[in-house]
Amino acid sequence: MTDSSQNGGVERTFFLNDPKVRAIIYQVVMVAIVVWAGWSIVDNTATNLNERGIPFGFDFLTAPSGFGINQSLIPYSESSTYGDVYWVGLINTLLVAVIGVFFATILGFLIGIARLSHNWLIARIATVYIEIIRNVPLLLQLFVWYFAVLRLLPAKREALDLGPIGLLNIAGFYAPKPIFGANTWMVGVAILIAIALGIGIRFWARRRQMATGQQFPIGWTFIGLLIVLPLIAYFISGDPITFEYPELARFGPQGGIRVIPEFIGLLLALTLYTAAFIAEIVRAGIMAVSHGQTEAAHALGLRNGPTLRLVIVPQAMRVIIPPLTSQYLNLTKNSSLAVAIAYPDLVSTFTGTALNQTGRAVEIILMTMLTYLAISLLTSAFMNWYNKRVALVER
Amino acid sequence: MKKIIKVALAAAFGLAGVATAQAGTLQDVQAKGFVQCGSNGSLPGFGVPDDQGNWTGLDVDYCRALAAAVFGDPNAVKFTPLSAKERFTALQSGEVDVLSRNTTWTMTRDASLGLNFVGVDYYDGQGFMVRKSLDVSSALELSGAAVCTNTGTTTELNVADYFRANNLDYEVVAFEKGDEVIAAYDAGRCDVFTTDASGLYAERLKLTNPDEHMILPEIISKEPLGPVVRQGDDEWFNVNKWVLNAIINAEDLGVNQANVDQMLGSDNPEIRRLLGAEGTFGEMIGLSNDWAYNVIKMVGNYADIFDRNVGPDTPLGISRGLNALWSKGGILYAPPIR
Repeated sequence: MTDSSQNGGVERTFFLNDPKVRAIIYQVVMVAIVVWAGWSIVDNTATNLNERGIPFGFDFLTAPSGFGINQSLIPYSESSTYGDVYWVGLINTLLVAVIGVFFATILGFLIGIARLSHNWLIARIATVYIEIIRNVPLLLQLFVWYFAVLRLLPAKREALDLGPIGLLNIAGFYAPKPIFGANTWMVGVAILIAIALGIGIRFWARRRQMATGQQFPIGWTFIGLLIVLPLIAYFISGDPITFEYPELARFGPQGGIRVIPEFIGLLLALTLYTAAFIAEIVRAGIMAVSHGQTEAAHALGLRNGPTLRLVIVPQAMRVIIPPLTSQYLNLTKNSSLAVAIAYPDLVSTFTGTALNQTGRAVEIILMTMLTYLAISLLTSAFMNWYNKRVALVER
Repeated sequence: MKKIIKVALAAAFGLAGVATAQAGTLQDVQAKGFVQCGSNGSLPGFGVPDDQGNWTGLDVDYCRALAAAVFGDPNAVKFTPLSAKERFTALQSGEVDVLSRNTTWTMTRDASLGLNFVGVDYYDGQGFMVRKSLDVSSALELSGAAVCTNTGTTTELNVADYFRANNLDYEVVAFEKGDEVIAAYDAGRCDVFTTDASGLYAERLKLTNPDEHMILPEIISKEPLGPVVRQGDDEWFNVNKWVLNAIINAEDLGVNQANVDQMLGSDNPEIRRLLGAEGTFGEMIGLSNDWAYNVIKMVGNYADIFDRNVGPDTPLGISRGLNALWSKGGILYAPPIR
């Protein structure tokens, strides 16, 4: 016990004991440590690079790379630059991430709902799937899909004929390649018209429902339009789209669009793995909506379909979106495991081959980290925007 | 107190290795009592641990020779398995004292990575392995082939150059780890497996049916393999250089693991200088005078090391070829110790 407390706190306390002063001092010290740590890392790196005679700079990006990459959506050859390698890698990463997110979301929602099913067998199958996939490391699953499944496929000079879908063998999947004739634009225009009509009908149907209470089957009408209009355009313009089917030649399948097996393996592993997590998120979201909501909707005369669509899902989405965002980010970042199975993503081509050939470790790692950071921040910015839209508006 | 804080902070930021690795690697090695050696880890004959964790191989034996020269103990060495992609960063950052991992000496690596190549301990060249059932006899018939290789190697560049120069189509499939390359080739993902010719013999042993595969006659590049150290530490560079030279000179002078004790009494001044009976050559590089004696006694000369790890009596069965002494039809040659 100090004197001040006995005197009723009239005496001034020592200034260090003032919580406000302390808070400021702690913050100043914290900032100083962070700044010092950051500065010392940069300074140490610069000094050490300098002492070893290792140059720093980004001029290597314009030098020719001299190595090949087996999947590229932009023109790339051995005489392209290291800058091109960066773009090829980035696009390959985004390709697998976007397609992976798409399929993982669909599969995740299906399995999540299946786990809640009243059908005992379906619910158990979903449970077993989730528990197995979630609890086995992703890298192992990647090896299983790539090495185990690869061995089962026919050799390079043979192929599994999937009929109109294409050919499949150890060197990849060969899909028919559409060849667009001169009048293809008419089909494109027809699709655009169908979409515009769909939006127009939706407005009209809304207004009519407001006025009369009568509903209109917008969904079916839209799907009908989307099929019928392009089909009419297709035949009017004289059958412009033909398909080049892959054929088995001496060195394996020729022609068509080839999807390399590394892509298939990576996509399968990422999709199945992330879908298990998404399924649990979906289940949690649906279970977070109390059963009273369903009963209230039924009491208002809504059938099961509209109840799910108009009452349950919008409320579940609030719970689902934030963790779903992390899963999307995880999937994107996990795609860097591609390096283990030779899929030419950003990490494999740029921080792998390019780093080794140029020796610019600091520059390349820095660029790659910033790239992943940017992708992740953009994804979460978009998901936060979407989350705000579906969030509960409190009045 | 100041020092403690400094050390603690440096350790906290993972910079301890970097901060102390500037110069004086020899003193650092002597102080800690062992050589930290970066090696392959999955290449039989060059660098691989057995099921008991004992490392063997030609590259490994170089590190053991280094330990024998510095400490008189070939086991005063710890190995770090490194992938092709990790190896230079590990050396630059001070994680290893020397990199002895079938690494090709090229100008870019020597001049722009802040590293120095010690010399050449194996003259290699890049080759191709294919299935016999593919029915090709020359690499020029490989148009349209898928080629499995390692990320971040000279191999990857050579194969691009070769196929481009000969107007052949190809698809490169590049893995980070050597084991995955050979697994993918074995699974039939690729028609061709390419790496240094020595590596082809070593990796072939890992295949399900080694007899179904053949190595094509073309050697498409020069691959002088050797140990690497950090640039700017001449003392450690000298130690490494002369350990390598001593191994080669010993074979040149007919001194081997079996006869080195007899040779101590030799009248040949060159042998006496090598084994420390004359002169102060060990002291010149900061070691004891029996440095080379220890190397030869404990690890062997070049022929001992070659025959034990990759020679005709091993599963690899590689003949000396270019790696024979200059006096015996090869190009192995070391500056004299005098």
